[in-house]
Amino acid sequence: MKIPDLTELALRNLRESLLRNSLTTIGISVGVASLVAMLSLGIGLQQLFSRRLAKSGLFDTVLVTSRRDMRGMSREDERNGPRPGESRVLDESVRQEMEHLPNVLEAYPDIRFVTELRYEDKPHLTTVAALPASAKSNDAFEGMQGGFFSSDTATEAILQKSFAEELLGKTPARGMDETNVADLAKPLLGKELTMRYAQRAPSAAQATPSSAGTTNPSDGDLAAASYSVISREQKLKIVGVADLDPESMRGPTRAKVFLPLQLAESLHVMQPTDLREISRAASDQPVYSSISVRVKNPAQVQSVEDAIKKMGFGTFSILDASKGLRLIFTILFAFLTIFGSLALVVASISIVNTLVMAILERRREIGIMKAIGASDGDVKKLFFAEAGSMGILGGILGVALGWTIGQVINFGINIYLRSQGFPPEHFWAVPWWLVAFAILFAFVVSLVSGLYPAGRAARLDPVQALRYE
Amino acid sequence: MTTAPASASHIAIRTENLCRHYRMGETVIRAVDGVSLEIRAGEFVALLGSSGSGKSSVLNLIAGLDRPTSGSVIVQDRDLAKLSREELAKYRLRVVGMVFQSFNLIASMTLAENVELPLRFAEVDRGKRDTLAREALERVGLRARMHHRPSELSGGEQQRAALARALINRPQLLLADEPTGNLDSHTGTEILGLVQEFNQQLGMTVVMVTHERALAERYAQRMIFLADGKLIEDRANEVAANVSPTRLGSGAQS
Repeated sequence: MKIPDLTELALRNLRESLLRNSLTTIGISVGVASLVAMLSLGIGLQQLFSRRLAKSGLFDTVLVTSRRDMRGMSREDERNGPRPGESRVLDESVRQEMEHLPNVLEAYPDIRFVTELRYEDKPHLTTVAALPASAKSNDAFEGMQGGFFSSDTATEAILQKSFAEELLGKTPARGMDETNVADLAKPLLGKELTMRYAQRAPSAAQATPSSAGTTNPSDGDLAAASYSVISREQKLKIVGVADLDPESMRGPTRAKVFLPLQLAESLHVMQPTDLREISRAASDQPVYSSISVRVKNPAQVQSVEDAIKKMGFGTFSILDASKGLRLIFTILFAFLTIFGSLALVVASISIVNTLVMAILERRREIGIMKAIGASDGDVKKLFFAEAGSMGILGGILGVALGWTIGQVINFGINIYLRSQGFPPEHFWAVPWWLVAFAILFAFVVSLVSGLYPAGRAARLDPVQALRYE
Repeated sequence: MTTAPASASHIAIRTENLCRHYRMGETVIRAVDGVSLEIRAGEFVALLGSSGSGKSSVLNLIAGLDRPTSGSVIVQDRDLAKLSREELAKYRLRVVGMVFQSFNLIASMTLAENVELPLRFAEVDRGKRDTLAREALERVGLRARMHHRPSELSGGEQQRAALARALINRPQLLLADEPTGNLDSHTGTEILGLVQEFNQQLGMTVVMVTHERALAERYAQRMIFLADGKLIEDRANEVAANVSPTRLGSGAQS
């Protein structure tokens, strides 16, 4: 029989026992729906993570440190990298060099120092860090009260929530509900902070370098390394209070107050590395403790990292961590697929049941068809077509059902998220390949389920079948 | 009609020591027990006997619905016992047309769909199928009811539709298993009239199983009596033998 004829006959037969076949088809669709729901949850969560991580800049950022600070990210790093003594210092020329590497979006120095801030004449000691303008899109600033810096040189500051609490003396007791960031921001936004800091200024010696080639060839370098440290004050306007911690990955060195990058650079604040490099610094150029290199695309992190390593620096990226994350998602995926498929397995049993019932019921019909010339293959194909039709119909219905369930759950959870003060999220994704896969999967499962009934129908003895009333 | 037999002496069906035994627990039932017969092309033969005489079993063996335990059935030089299941299905499709006591139309299909069903198995195009089904129903006088379901028709009409279905593939053999068994005598006569028409006009070889001797005498050219699976009598029927197979061979060309 030809495929259109088969399909037509199969659909007609399905209509004949409408209730039973509908129930079976619904069974399949519930199975498919559960599969689609599970997988789209998995995909959605993965996309959510990827989005979050992309926004956080973790995936596209390489943290570059000089080998001179003696710390590798692992013992292996310490052994294999260039020897600390031969490693170059991280200064402005190096930063520019990195910025010109292929696939690099920007390279900015990490300026970070511990200093005293005065608010309403009370001193507070904390870590201050500089943020590049590109950090504006950082996830951590999403729920921020106030706004980002008006310009890269503005004398403005953004506070982390915990520092805002400290300024207001509102540190929440352990176990208590966290204070609402909006309440904290209200009295602080627009207020002024006074930052005291140690400025590194070129000393007089810098202006008159010693004559070259006297007793010691390194004399000149040594002379150039001298500079003065001057205590200074800078007024800062509080423009924002960030709810989340933009630097959670930095651990104990994470900052609580943020300044615009160019402003921070222009202040020439004394850096911890300045002391370490005092014997080596060839000029009054500041030396950075680390440089963050942002790559255009997370896929290029590895090549950029390699290029920087070749320059003789230590690097760290989240790439290794993301490998682990991918593994976790693969396992999660496998689990979701297995649990999602379970319902489909149950549905496939009901296909077998329905078709075996159909054989009993239509025994005579099968006998008639054989008597008037249907081959075993024709009968088999007809039952396959019926199973397959139920599979495809169930698959389509199931995808629609799964999609609806997903939307409803997504909607419900977003209501909950909003009630908890979180921004809404889209953690439900039904990509086209999943739709195609689910329908195909339902089709294949139903065909496999049809295997036994179709074979049984095909082998039916026509004489006995015709005798059957 | 290209399928009409070339001569009267041409043998359409030959069985040799045909046996069909069933095993029922310990006992063996000899439904057909050594039947040898020859049926010429274009003949109208009645298989007679009481119930359980094995006449239906012989018909099923000739139809290729069943396989002999021993012996052979040779239909137009095909040894049915040697055909594969697939070949046997093709044989049923192209060579044999069958009608049954209980009509055996598929209840969920309209008459037209029932009639064209063999053409679906033969993978005939839809357009041609429609034309052929229409023609076949026209021939049995049911053109007007082609879109009705079997349950909406009388027994006689259903059997006429079954005849149209048996006809649609232009088979050489028409095998009828008690075709009038469920019909009143008037309708039965009507149906057998049609069968006779096919036999005479289309040159189909007809083998009809019946237990109504009167009907057999009226329509069949030859009557074969069976009892306990054995052939007990085989004789020509003078009453109905007024149309000779020889005349049929040429007459069917019209």
